[in-house]
Amino acid sequence: MITIRDLRKVYGSFVALDTFNEEISAGEIFGVIGQSGAGKSTLIRCINRLETPTSGRVIVAGQDITALSGSDLRRARQQMGMIFQHFNLLSSRTAAENIAMPLEVMGYSRLRIKARVAELLSLVELEGKGDSYPAQLSGGQKQRVGIARALAADPKVLLSDESTSALDPQTTQSILALLKDLNQKIGLTILLITHDMGVVKRICDRVAILEQGKVIERGRVVDLAAQPHSRLAQDFFPRLTSYQPRPDALLVTVAFRGEVANEPFMATLAQRFNVGANILNGAIETIGGQPVGQFQIELAGPERYLALDYLTQLNLAVEVQDGRTATEQFVDSNP
Amino acid sequence: MDAQLLSNLWTATLETIYMVSVSSLLAAVFGLPLGLLLVITGARGFLPNPAVNQGLGWVINGVRSLPFIILLVAILPLTRLIVGTTIGSTAALVPLTLSAVPFFARVAETALLEVDPGLVEAAEAMGCSHWDIVRKVLIPESRPALVLGLTLMVISLVGNSAMAGVVGGGGLGDLAIRYGFQRFDTRVMVYTVVILIALVQLIQWLGDSVAYRLRRTGNVAPSPGWTNPLARLRKT
Repeated sequence: MITIRDLRKVYGSFVALDTFNEEISAGEIFGVIGQSGAGKSTLIRCINRLETPTSGRVIVAGQDITALSGSDLRRARQQMGMIFQHFNLLSSRTAAENIAMPLEVMGYSRLRIKARVAELLSLVELEGKGDSYPAQLSGGQKQRVGIARALAADPKVLLSDESTSALDPQTTQSILALLKDLNQKIGLTILLITHDMGVVKRICDRVAILEQGKVIERGRVVDLAAQPHSRLAQDFFPRLTSYQPRPDALLVTVAFRGEVANEPFMATLAQRFNVGANILNGAIETIGGQPVGQFQIELAGPERYLALDYLTQLNLAVEVQDGRTATEQFVDSNP
Repeated sequence: MDAQLLSNLWTATLETIYMVSVSSLLAAVFGLPLGLLLVITGARGFLPNPAVNQGLGWVINGVRSLPFIILLVAILPLTRLIVGTTIGSTAALVPLTLSAVPFFARVAETALLEVDPGLVEAAEAMGCSHWDIVRKVLIPESRPALVLGLTLMVISLVGNSAMAGVVGGGGLGDLAIRYGFQRFDTRVMVYTVVILIALVQLIQWLGDSVAYRLRRTGNVAPSPGWTNPLARLRKT
């Protein structure tokens, strides 16, 4: 649905976005996460050409956006909805009139606009709020108006620019649930940028982490979360960093997903080996519909390397604190 | 109060209202597009053009730096060209309008620049043309500030119209000078001043009420910064 090829944006000598490549398929929710200044705003604005890329191509639904200008570009933009952190609703218009605006621009008749606006208000669960002005709505309601406005022209793609960053946690959850719902109900493709890991965890299928204009990690959210060394996993499951293991102990991070989560491997560990297994930290989250978890374990005792070997064989992703893999540790200590 | 004085006051009031309202209307009609042009060709506008922007800025500053009384006399030939005469209330309209146009252009520029750039971005993202952005975003969103700016301009025109007597334009200021000052008739002076004060209060109250209604804040009370004492009296 969205193909991004070698996209670059340079301001003077500052490289805001460095050779970004991605293929986002229809019906996917793709997240771009990064700190402010990482280039994610630049990226999303290059997709609908609010900013003109220095080089590279953006192809949305088979149309090369980078090659368009004038009225062709405006028509192409109507096929992409966009929602914003601060909602960007016109204060001089009611909720219904805000939603009607893209339709007015497209030249819809008054009658069609009225029918479509009513449809959209119910889609975002704002029935009865059509005549309220933005100043009379809560943050969550304003964002719902923003979403309805973005979807007014029935676009294939929704661009979300930090759309939940100005909302409280509870409202954030309800907006994310709405986006996920729309994604499933009408097959909407969503490209969202955020600095909030929670958003990625909650609704994204795939993610790219941007740092100083470069992608430092990308992949399916579940896959990344189940790899102990990934940046995403380290953000999802914060580890103890200052803990010093006992001299006869190993500090091990175990990541797992799916069925393994149901296996009592910690109990087995204690039964089969002469080892003390001490959980320092850990969590299991549901990501993409399956359990994904990570434990930080201290293995102490004479058979700790055998225990480590067992964990590795269990199809768990295992990482020993000093960065070496389990096998390397085992070989080192059993010459 | 004798009938002659009353009639003089009435005529002068009507002359003032005529001069102020017509020149205000004309100034708004010509000033708003100029303000828009300043914003659009400005560095943050969607058609940045430093030559047009700075050129227009110079002209506006130039006209604004002329004291009104000088402008009034200096453009007499232009006045004759436009209205065919250089005396009377209608002749005074030309300098009054000319002085107010650049004033309102600046007021409109300030009001339009205050529109959140995020709104313009949202409009662009939904496929609006520049013209759509002007008529659907910039002007509607700046309406409260435009109305307050217009109020400011109308009141300054009330002041300027007092000088219309120089070209035989009449009005309250002229009456005050000729009867109140030159004929030492203190009553006339006091009456005209009272009428002028009432006029200005009325204009300010009207402007504030309209701007408040355009603000679409629901039922939030207007900020104390621009509440008018009369408006407050009216509420209770």
